[in-house]
Amino acid sequence: MAQPRVTIVGAGPAGTRAAELLVAAGLHPLLVDEAADNGGQIYRRQPAGFRRPPAALYGTEAGRATALHASFDALRGRIEHWPESLAWNLRDGVLHVLRGERSHALPFDALILATGATDRLIPLPGWTLPGVFTLGGAQIALKAQACAIGRRVAFLGSGPLLYLVAAQYAKAGAEVAAVLDTAPAGARWRALPLMAARPALLAKGAALLARLRRAGVPVHRGVTPLRLCPDASGARLGGIAFRQADGREAVLDCDASGLGWHLRAETQLAGLAGCGFDFDRASRQWLPRIDADGRSEVPGLYMAGDGVRLLGADGAEIAGRLAALAVLRDLGFAPPAGADPAALRRRRQAMDRFRRGLAIAFPWPAQLVAGLPDETLVCRCEAITAGELRRSAGALDAPEVNRAKAFSRVGMGRCQGRMCGLAGAEILAAARGVPVEEVGRLRGQAPVKPLPVAALREEEA
Amino acid sequence: MNPAPPPLLRRLGEAHRRPVAFTLDGQPATALEGDTLLTAILTNASALRLSEFGDGPRAGFCLMGACQDCWVWTEAGTRLRACGTPVTAGLRIMTKEAPWPSLG
Amino acid sequence: MSDNRADVLVLGGGLMGAATAFFLRRRGLSVILLERGLVGQQASGVNFGNVRRQGRFPPQLPLANRSRALWGQLPELLGEDIEFLPSGHLRVAYTDEAAGMMEAYREAARPYGLKLEVLSGNAVRARFPWLSAEVRAGSWSAEDGHANPRLAAPAFARAARRAGARIEENTEVLAIEREAAGWRLDAADGRAFRAPVLQVSAGAWGGRLAAQLGEPVPIVVRGPQMGVTEPVPYALTPVLGVTATVVGEVIYLRQVTRGNIVFGGVGHGPADLDTCRARVEPAITLRQFIQLRRMVPALGALRIIRTWSGIEGYMHDEIPVMGPSARWPDLFYAFGFCGAGFQLGPGVGDVMAELIAAGRSTTPIEPFHIARFAAKAA
Repeated sequence: MAQPRVTIVGAGPAGTRAAELLVAAGLHPLLVDEAADNGGQIYRRQPAGFRRPPAALYGTEAGRATALHASFDALRGRIEHWPESLAWNLRDGVLHVLRGERSHALPFDALILATGATDRLIPLPGWTLPGVFTLGGAQIALKAQACAIGRRVAFLGSGPLLYLVAAQYAKAGAEVAAVLDTAPAGARWRALPLMAARPALLAKGAALLARLRRAGVPVHRGVTPLRLCPDASGARLGGIAFRQADGREAVLDCDASGLGWHLRAETQLAGLAGCGFDFDRASRQWLPRIDADGRSEVPGLYMAGDGVRLLGADGAEIAGRLAALAVLRDLGFAPPAGADPAALRRRRQAMDRFRRGLAIAFPWPAQLVAGLPDETLVCRCEAITAGELRRSAGALDAPEVNRAKAFSRVGMGRCQGRMCGLAGAEILAAARGVPVEEVGRLRGQAPVKPLPVAALREEEA
Repeated sequence: MNPAPPPLLRRLGEAHRRPVAFTLDGQPATALEGDTLLTAILTNASALRLSEFGDGPRAGFCLMGACQDCWVWTEAGTRLRACGTPVTAGLRIMTKEAPWPSLG
Repeated sequence: MSDNRADVLVLGGGLMGAATAFFLRRRGLSVILLERGLVGQQASGVNFGNVRRQGRFPPQLPLANRSRALWGQLPELLGEDIEFLPSGHLRVAYTDEAAGMMEAYREAARPYGLKLEVLSGNAVRARFPWLSAEVRAGSWSAEDGHANPRLAAPAFARAARRAGARIEENTEVLAIEREAAGWRLDAADGRAFRAPVLQVSAGAWGGRLAAQLGEPVPIVVRGPQMGVTEPVPYALTPVLGVTATVVGEVIYLRQVTRGNIVFGGVGHGPADLDTCRARVEPAITLRQFIQLRRMVPALGALRIIRTWSGIEGYMHDEIPVMGPSARWPDLFYAFGFCGAGFQLGPGVGDVMAELIAAGRSTTPIEPFHIARFAAKAA
């Protein structure tokens, strides 16, 4: 049988495990990734010349990280790896990839999108001030650059990453001003029945909290952030104004902050390919429609990892294997010995219960977003305020997010709505008085990320 | 002259790396080998650029190539995404104005 | 009398339909506009935003001139800003042959009152130093400019509504019926709308409707290939275009004062009337890059952040269908503007309202009459 053309986008946990399984079955996949090296964001490798051991970088996940890196290193030469390459468009069975200065049109028989996720954000007043980063960004500064984002760092948001990054900062010797969690204290207990699906993770969470307590880091639950305040110069972060659970207002003194409310799936390529999407109530976002193994409705297109279901890194490894097995079956290849898709699906189901538990324990504060003051810059790229977005909803009568984008420019900038899209939808829905799913999904537009006008067209074959 | 505002990022280790000399707004600056351009600039300064729309300085946000908030200009009029570009010796970065259109 | 009656029914809520509804109200006629989706969602909303007279088929210039005068009054007429900027329009030529075409066009346009200045390459670079050395000549139209197409048609519809028009969005018309008292449009939601006069201004869908009404016309459906760069300091003040004999060399671009540079041209992509989908061909985007760098080399330093398309209707002779039906005295058409209708929009609305209300147009529109196709078929 001729070698089918199988391509994977994303060299994180899902993409690596998918590639490994395809290679084991005798295929030679192409793996495209934007980063210089493999690992994705979660297991990102530090640059050459850095000396910290894996335990310092990945903590309790060091074993998983080194195993994934070892697996990837073993694949070198058996896959075609295009690092520093941007998959910027996808349609009609062709993936368009910018590699160096040239854009390549790559037809495929099967394509696995393992595009991961980014922080889900709330555009608080002042969030564009220097010193304000995403939680993921704060973690990358530490892991990949051995830097803290400031001298006195506060972490604000909700979700497991909030505590993880705060603990990593404390361990690395940074001063952590506080953890401000918007989730009410009782939410965790309500989520316990679902989260009990993964007791080991629950224990890890408890250990993180204990470490923060030992380090003397104050943890405030049930807070309502009011604004990120500038310092005396006006040109960088000086503090966070928030309302405590008991109603009192306070200002936390800090010069840097990591923000994040769990994750948002990176679904642009799936959208460009024409996949169907469903509104996922637990994560309050639109996710591509897939079957239990990651097949989309578009023939030849598969998805795995946080880019399609937010299960975390180990869930992504399982999803990557399942998607690869689905590809092999659909292309008529025998699975490698020992492959057990039924067992993988069972493990993923437990993870999915845990995921729904997380959404209860660390809820997205939709009310907070809906009520952001009019002067808040919602769209960082285009500097558009919540008031302008509300004017689109009201005076200009935009019933859904794409129309509101056309009128207001919210979501129209460089980031394609990655940073503001979910919050913008909440603001629009509240202004229209409808549930957020009724204002629809922000459609992606190529290029997935900024594409240089200097890009050259691949020579005609 | 006002003292320059303190840099944004604080190094917590890996200080053994070789220094890399570059130019920031016309002034000599030093980074370390393996730094991204974002790290190189923000361990020397408190911002990467000014917002095009007059709402103040920006200093990047996501550090993973998603938010596109950290694009900076070189003096020669090239655009670089600071979070994903390794710093190299001799880079000449402008954070206060955009040298566009370049007529060179 | 039913609620769903008016003096005029306008079928199709693009810029032409919305402007017609607005100007009909100014002439005191009652009007109901029926739009299948949202106003200005297709060609009217996705086009380049050129408010350009230069380069048009010369007999179209009287209409374009009337429209240009209205563009200058729109903020007052509509009570909204649609970002019209009369910053001038420059076409460049890369060959002596194309420069010759510019001079010929300047002479053809002169009797219609459109003043154009044809400059040598050096003279045009002295004004716009960011143009490339390859530019051999430029044709300058000082009073043309650009505006925001995403805002224009919805602004006309809102102004029409404020003036008393009914704008029915999400209203798909399934059947057009002739009755003793005029026209009846049956909507998918079961409502019937009636009026003695009907205007079809359904853009790319206009061909299907005209065929249903017994006046088939040749119309090709295509998608414009649009894109926009990241924002950079405002420098490219005029709208830019190319005079060339090869379509693949024709790029057009404009910088908005916020800084982004909008561009299009070089080719068209597929568009589908049934799925309402039109797409940007990645290969065309990359070919556009070659032409962008060719005209303004400094664009090579930038990145594009978005591309889009939409559904446009092109007549095979590249002349729109506008004016009365050849078959029914109380039926009017305004569609098929071939990717060049944005500038004409306000003028078309004003002329159609005049035609419907007063029975004649003071601006010549005979070349656009639908009868030209019947004559050819005969």
